[in-house]
Amino acid sequence: MNRNAAEYRIVIGLEVHVQLKTETKLFCRCSTRFGQPPNSQVCPVCLGLPGALPVLNAHAIELACRAGAALSCTLADFTKWDRKNYFYPDLPKGYQTSQYDLPICAGGYVDIPITPSANPPGSHNVTKRIRLVRAHLEEDAGKSMHDEHSSRADSKIDLNRAGTPLLEIVSEPDLSSAEEAKTYLSELRLLMVYLGISDGNMQEGSLRADANVNLHIAQGDQWIATPIVEVKNLNSFRSVERAIEFETARQQSEFLRTGLAKGQAPKQTRGWNDVLGQTELQREKEEEADYRYFPCPDLVPVRLTELQKRNAHEQATQTPTQYRKELIDKHELKTTDAEILIQQGKPVVEYFLDSIRAGAPAKRMAAWMLQDVLRTLNDRSIGIELYPVSPKSMAQLLGAIEQGRVDTSQAKQAMAKLLEDPNLSVDAAIESLGIVRVDASQIENLCKELLAENADVIEKVKAGNHKAVAALVGQAKKKNRNADPRMVQEICLSLIAQMP
Amino acid sequence: MNQPSKILSLTALGQQLRSGAITCRELIESQLAKVQRSNSSINALVSIDPESALAKADAIDRKLQDRQSLGALAGIPIAVKDNLCTRLGVTSCGSRMLKDFRSPYDAHVIEKLHEHDAIVFGKTNLDEFAMGGSTETSIFGPAHNPWDLERTCGGSSGGSAAAVAAGLVPASLGTDTGGSIRQPAAFCGLCGLKPTYGRVSRWGLVSYASSLDVAGVFAHSIQDIALVLQSIAGHDPRDSTCLPHEVPDYTSFVRNFEQIRSTRIGVIRQQIDSPGLDPSIRRSILEAIETYKNLGAQIVDIDMPHSKYCIATYYIIAPCEASSNLARYDGVHYGFRSKRPEASVLDRMIEQTRSEGFGPEVRRRILLGTYALSAGYYDAYYVQALRVRRLIRQDYDEAFAKVDVLLGPTTPNTAFKIGEKINDPIQLYLQDLFTVGANLAGVPAISIPIGHSPEGLPIGMQLQAPPLGEAKLLAIAEAYHQHVDYQPMVPPSFQAPVS
Ligand SMILES: [Zn+2]
Repeated sequence: MNRNAAEYRIVIGLEVHVQLKTETKLFCRCSTRFGQPPNSQVCPVCLGLPGALPVLNAHAIELACRAGAALSCTLADFTKWDRKNYFYPDLPKGYQTSQYDLPICAGGYVDIPITPSANPPGSHNVTKRIRLVRAHLEEDAGKSMHDEHSSRADSKIDLNRAGTPLLEIVSEPDLSSAEEAKTYLSELRLLMVYLGISDGNMQEGSLRADANVNLHIAQGDQWIATPIVEVKNLNSFRSVERAIEFETARQQSEFLRTGLAKGQAPKQTRGWNDVLGQTELQREKEEEADYRYFPCPDLVPVRLTELQKRNAHEQATQTPTQYRKELIDKHELKTTDAEILIQQGKPVVEYFLDSIRAGAPAKRMAAWMLQDVLRTLNDRSIGIELYPVSPKSMAQLLGAIEQGRVDTSQAKQAMAKLLEDPNLSVDAAIESLGIVRVDASQIENLCKELLAENADVIEKVKAGNHKAVAALVGQAKKKNRNADPRMVQEICLSLIAQMP
Repeated sequence: MNQPSKILSLTALGQQLRSGAITCRELIESQLAKVQRSNSSINALVSIDPESALAKADAIDRKLQDRQSLGALAGIPIAVKDNLCTRLGVTSCGSRMLKDFRSPYDAHVIEKLHEHDAIVFGKTNLDEFAMGGSTETSIFGPAHNPWDLERTCGGSSGGSAAAVAAGLVPASLGTDTGGSIRQPAAFCGLCGLKPTYGRVSRWGLVSYASSLDVAGVFAHSIQDIALVLQSIAGHDPRDSTCLPHEVPDYTSFVRNFEQIRSTRIGVIRQQIDSPGLDPSIRRSILEAIETYKNLGAQIVDIDMPHSKYCIATYYIIAPCEASSNLARYDGVHYGFRSKRPEASVLDRMIEQTRSEGFGPEVRRRILLGTYALSAGYYDAYYVQALRVRRLIRQDYDEAFAKVDVLLGPTTPNTAFKIGEKINDPIQLYLQDLFTVGANLAGVPAISIPIGHSPEGLPIGMQLQAPPLGEAKLLAIAEAYHQHVDYQPMVPPSFQAPVS
């Protein structure tokens, strides 16, 4: 038997739990706000008290439909709620209300950009389609907080999160590297955030992934699949990437050691330990856990209307992909520049587009966004909504450059003034630099003066070297510091052209 | 044997309170005295708070004096089954699991009683988590039938029935999942209504089987039933399965019972011919049919081909839902928690808590349901039961295309002796033979007293109507009682002493 398992493919499917951006929980009116004192956002329903009954939050359905539309899923005509029964301390009812056989969204896909290293040389903007199995709604559990240090191993439970709406998006095993998995998660997050479906806050657990990972290892002319491992608790892009890298190495060496293929070893559930950088065995089972799913008799099935579906599609248009197209195709941004803006989020992109709508030239605006605006946002740790310069002012300032009224360095000085004093107008900012408008006749007199003093320049231009006029700019500036260099050059050239 | 004496109806009591013939305090004090005297022999009420009842009575009296407007149930003491959540006192469900559980909120029906100025007068005994037909599985011990203390008052709402039958309260609330109001009503000589599924909100009704549970009413007369139903029925956004339909004026329908003379009444052949049916019950039912004929009703034989599957279907669906509904009682968040040393480990704690906290009947149904929902059995049991349930509903639809109501016995037998069937679950389950159909189909059904057996035990007749057909159902029942000049009776041993 050939155990030189050098050649292998990685097969990954992700289950991503997206916390929906609803004000209240999925089946009660409790707030979903993060970071509140433990058990301060609870009621008889989410505490699972005797006699309490769930009532569906319609906004969660709306957001799930929007997500489904954005992911090109088929939105169900009829969807229902099922109970997933298991005992766990942070699951107060002893079951999780979820969707089993009739999820709200079926099929669909996410197109992810493939990184250049994975691309054939010379190709650009290649995407890979990651198919989805389904997306369904379910309620989140509470949070157990184990005090391992206490001698009694005390556990506390916070049920603020219990009942928060989650959309579980299940992919086909179409991902074939740790990097792809990370990109997929990142694309998914971007999409959810752009469409207002989730706040996408990774630190607060708004996006959590489980990965199903195994290898297909080359053996002669066959590919042998290793046992599938489910890795839980992947709460950051980095941990998705690291966990899969770790699993790849672990499964490869495990296969070398045991030779066990899929079906010959029990399915493992492993948890990702971010501190130690390793996956750890949680459960090993011959069979699937039996959750005894059955339709929840306390809730009524949901029938999606054509209107609901149409609305979902209408609200799912402003996707990162659409914005990318607009930036690259319409405004001719470089792919990499466009991507930087896209990754900043929709408000930044909208700021950019608003500035262009107000008349800012696209390429110059892009340069200013990437260099100045983003730096300021970063330095001040603020979002674009707190950026002191409005898109309209931005457009005016960049317009002043285009008109030759200021040069770039002057514009940057004006910008600094605007950042300090948001009430300042662009004109006032420019004028405060001591820059006043010099009219064309003044410049013409200045040019005549200069040409009279520089016969050699006239000779050179007449000989065909138009660039020679550049030598006059410095002198012009000395005579009048507000003289616009481009204007000086243009006027000098035309004066020379008129000479006999 | 003394002739049972007449009893005061809720409607009449209301008139006396309003007219000032009695004060609410007098009424409550006299009812508290009855409780003092009688409750220990029937074990109907498991908790009562005299102080708060009297305080409420005084408040009602003040309002009456000030001629303030008052609700339809003003000053009327109403006992409620102990699986209906009340802010006041304990909501035990008759279980060790919730023996000390205090609900932070009132059930919808309790809110409604308060809204209509009723006095919530104690909590009544029941089979543990409403699972049983004899109120024998309660942690508080069995409730006894006021007509014969050696006999059961039925169940699971046995305490609510016994309390009304013994005259402790003029009306009470129970819950009905498979007959838990109608069978005790039949055993105790009362009217007991199970409304249409969803007609009354389940908010705060501790779930046994969510798709079957509904709260309902016990009283001596149809008029009283109508009055209480009027107060508790209607839409509640907190229960997704609650129906949004307008609540008709049930009391005026009942007053206009004459209009139902030309009604069509279906008789379910399978029930009348049932070999297990007590001959004295069969005789009484046949007499009742004659009475309706004399009233001008048209009697139609109805075939319900799937009725023989009702019990089997019920005893799959109800335990399946129960196994999940009762999963929340794990000792983690509230309620009983095992104190055994092995319970220091989480899994063992949950196991031990549930083994000790639940009685044998509840454990049996949880195990049945867990089994039936398990992988590999789900299709054969649960899915099959849902299929049969649809067929049973279809039977009802077809029947109600032909007739206005269905008539038959409520129970196959009169009240049996305490201890007689408790060790034979199958025998006990067969008690539900005629009643579970209405729960599976979600239709309203009422049991009304139509006489006594040779041993002097009450006999009940069940009438069933199409969904939301309560008004007609009550009117047709009232027509019978009017025609036979029915007088509600107090069992001999509970007649008030001559003062
Ligand atoms: Zn809540």
